[in-house]
Amino acid sequence: MTGRASYDGVVLAAPVTIPYVRYSIRGAHWFLSRALAGSLKRAGLKKEQIDGLCVSSFTLAPDSAVGLTQHLGLTVRWLDHIPMGGAAGVVAVRRAARAVQCGDADIVACIAGDTNQVDSFRLMNANFSQFARDAVYPLGSGGPNASFAFLTDYYMRTFGARREDFGKLCVAQRDNALKFPYALFKKKLTLDEYMDARPISDPIHLFDCVMPCAGAEGFLVMKRERAEDLGLPYASILGAIERHNAFPADPVQFRGGWAMDCGDLYAQAGIAPADVDFIETYDDYPVINVMQIEDLGFCKKGEGPDFVRRHSFTVDGTFPFNTSGGQLSVGQAGAAGGSLGMVEAIRQLTRENLAGAVPDAEIGLVSGFGMINYDRGLCTGAVILKAGRA
Amino acid sequence: MTEPIKRPKRKNPVLRTRLPTLPPGTRARVTLGLTEAAARGIFALQVCRDCGTVQYPPREACHNCLSDRLVWTPQDGRGELISETRIRHALELYFRERTPWRLGVVKLDVGPIVVVQVHGDIPPAPTRVRVQACLDKSDQAALFALPEKDTPHMAEDRQLREMTCDPKFRKVLVTDGKTQIGQAVVRALAEAGADLIWVGYAEPWKKFAGFDELEKIPQVTLVPLDLTDARSVKELSGEIGAKVDILINTAELHRAYGIGARYGTDVAKAEMEINYFGLLRLAQEFGPVMRSRGADGLNSAVAWVNLLSIFALSNYPQQGTFSASKAAAQSLAQCLRAEMRASGVRVINVYPGPVDDEWNQLILPPKLAPSALANAIVKALKDGVEDVYPGDVAQDWLARWRDNPKALERELAG
Repeated sequence: MTGRASYDGVVLAAPVTIPYVRYSIRGAHWFLSRALAGSLKRAGLKKEQIDGLCVSSFTLAPDSAVGLTQHLGLTVRWLDHIPMGGAAGVVAVRRAARAVQCGDADIVACIAGDTNQVDSFRLMNANFSQFARDAVYPLGSGGPNASFAFLTDYYMRTFGARREDFGKLCVAQRDNALKFPYALFKKKLTLDEYMDARPISDPIHLFDCVMPCAGAEGFLVMKRERAEDLGLPYASILGAIERHNAFPADPVQFRGGWAMDCGDLYAQAGIAPADVDFIETYDDYPVINVMQIEDLGFCKKGEGPDFVRRHSFTVDGTFPFNTSGGQLSVGQAGAAGGSLGMVEAIRQLTRENLAGAVPDAEIGLVSGFGMINYDRGLCTGAVILKAGRA
Repeated sequence: MTEPIKRPKRKNPVLRTRLPTLPPGTRARVTLGLTEAAARGIFALQVCRDCGTVQYPPREACHNCLSDRLVWTPQDGRGELISETRIRHALELYFRERTPWRLGVVKLDVGPIVVVQVHGDIPPAPTRVRVQACLDKSDQAALFALPEKDTPHMAEDRQLREMTCDPKFRKVLVTDGKTQIGQAVVRALAEAGADLIWVGYAEPWKKFAGFDELEKIPQVTLVPLDLTDARSVKELSGEIGAKVDILINTAELHRAYGIGARYGTDVAKAEMEINYFGLLRLAQEFGPVMRSRGADGLNSAVAWVNLLSIFALSNYPQQGTFSASKAAAQSLAQCLRAEMRASGVRVINVYPGPVDDEWNQLILPPKLAPSALANAIVKALKDGVEDVYPGDVAQDWLARWRDNPKALERELAG
C-alpha cells in the first residue's frame, strides 16, 4: 500500500496548446496569457472564477508567478511557480490536485510556456544552474546535447542499444506529428535520414535533438462535480509520483526516479502497466524515452532496445507513444515541454483530439523529466490518467 | 597519438587576425577554490573535515553530512573515464571556433563524478585516466583528463595547448640578457624549441659577460632595450611588438639595503625605475599589441612573465627597498593580468627565493641557481600556471605566509 490519499474527485480539463513558433519577438507573458485565455474560453469561465494559478516558465524572469497575477489581473488564493522544466507538468498536477481536493482552491489554471528569441537558448544554458555554469558549460558549452551524449554513450555501451533503436522512436514520433497541426516538423522522417544526419555531440545526431521554440500549454484542475456542471469532458487522476535526485551514486544516469516509485504509482492507480493504452514521455532525447519505458515497468532495465524493436509506437500501432509527436517533432517550447505530454494526454482521454486519436483510449500515462543540474536530470514524475466524461 | 605540431608558416599580413574569444568565465565564489589551486598547478577538491567525503562540484556544505567544514585538499586525479562525447555544435563562440571538442565523465577513485575535457591520446571509454586542473583562456580552472601514462608529444594535443603557454615554435622577448638569470632563461627557451628569441640589452655599445655565448644560440637576436627609457621601449615595440608571443621581463635592479643602511632615495628610485616603472613602460607599449593577438593561430600571443621575488609577499628588511619595488611590481602585474584577461594572454608571476648572485652574497644557502629559476619559468609556461614560487626558500616562505603572514613578518625581521 502506498499510504497516500487518492486523488479521487479531482479532474483535469480544458486542454489548450498555443501554436509553437521557432522564434518570437513576444515575451513569455504573452504565451502564458494565451494559454490561460485559451483554457478559460474552452471552459466557458471568466478569469475571476479562477482562484488558483500554477506557472512554469524559464523566460518569465525577472517575474515569477507572482508578477503574472498582476500582469494578467488575477486575484488568486493559491499560487505556485514550478521551476522544474520537463517535470513541471506532472508536479503541477500533483500540487494543484491536492489544493483542489483540500479546498484551498476551487479551480487552478496550470500554464507553462516560454518565448524563444534568437539568443535565448544560449543565455539559458550559460546560467542554467550553479553546477552547470561552474563545472560543465565552461568546458565546452555543448548545452544539453553534450549532457545527453554522456547518457546515450553510456547506455548504448552498457545495454547494447543501437542508433537504429533510437531512430525508430524518432521516426514513429514524426509519423504521429504529421497528424498534429501544431508540430513544427511537417515532413516525414525516414530511418535513413535519421542515420545520415550530421553529428552534433557524438553519439547524438541532429534528429536526436529537440528544436528550441516558443509556445505554451495550459489546462484546468477542478473537482469532478464542477467539470460536470460546466459540461466539460475530463480526465481523472488515478495515481501520481514525484522524485528528485534519485540514485545519486549511479556514476552515469541510466535510470531515473521512476524506478524508485514505479510500484507506488501502479499500486495507487490500481492498474498494471499492461492496462495503459498510451504513454506520453518527456522526450528531449530518445535515450530518455527508453529509460522511461524501462523505469515505468513496461520492460526490465536493459530490455528497452529489444522492446523498441518489438513495437511500432504510432498512434494506431502497438504501444501508442508520444501521440502528438513529442518535443522531438513538435518542438521544445522551454518549460511548456513539461506539459506537452500532459495536455496531449488530456485531449486523447477527453476526445478533443488535434492529433491522431488512440482507438478507445481509456488510460494514459504521462511522464516528466527535468533539470540537468550537473551531470544528470534531477526531477522525475509520472501520472496515470483515466478518461471520464460528463 | 598526438600529431606533433609543425612550425607555422610566416603570417600573411594581409589576412585578418582572428580576435580572441573566451570560454565562459563566471563561477560561484566557492568554486574559485579550484581556480586558486589550479593557478599554482594543483588539482584540489573539497574534503569534509567531519566525514572525509571528497566532493565535486564545489558546494557550500558537505553533501554527505551537511558539515560546512570543507578543506581544499590536493588530489592525484586518478580515475576512470566512463562516458564521453565529441561536441561538434557549441553554443559559445570560443568553442564554435574549436570544434570538435572532446569531453568526458570521469569517476575519480576518491569518489566524485567529474565532467572533464579529454586528451586526444586517451582511448575510448571506459579507460583509466589522470585528471588535473588547468587554467583555461579565461584564467579559470578547467578539469582536464590526461592519459594514464605520458604519450609522445602529449603537450601538443590541440585542446591541452589551449590551456598552456608552451614556448615551442613561439617567438619570445627576454627583456634583459645581461644578467645570469636572463641568459639562463634564454638557454632554457632555446632548448624548449622557441622559434625566435629577442634578447634585450640596455647598453648596445658594449659587450657584457656571456654576450658571445648568447650570440651563438641560433634563435637569438640581440636588441637594444632600456626599460628606464620610454623611447627605447616604444621603438622596440614598434619593431617587433606584433610578433612577440611570449614576453619575459627579466630586467631588475637589485641592491641590498634597508631604510637605515643607505641614506637617501637615489638607490630606491633606481630600483623603482626598472622594477616598477620599467614594467609599466613595457606594459603600455607591448600590452595592447599582445592583447590583439590572443587567438592569432597556432603561435598566438600567449603569456607575459614577470620576474618578481618572494620578498614581494612580505618585506625582507635587509633588502627593504628592493622588496618594496617588487611588491609594487606585483601589484601592477595584477592590473596587467586584469587588462590582459579578455585576450586570453596569461600573466605569470614568478616569485623566486634568493638567487645565487652577488647581491645575495650574505644570504645563507639554499639559494636558487639561475638555471633552476630559468627551468621553473619554462615549466610554468608549459604547465600554464599563473603563480610560481621556485626553490625551497620560496616554497618555505610561501607556506609560512599562507599560514600566518604576521609570523612571517616577524621571522623576516630576524
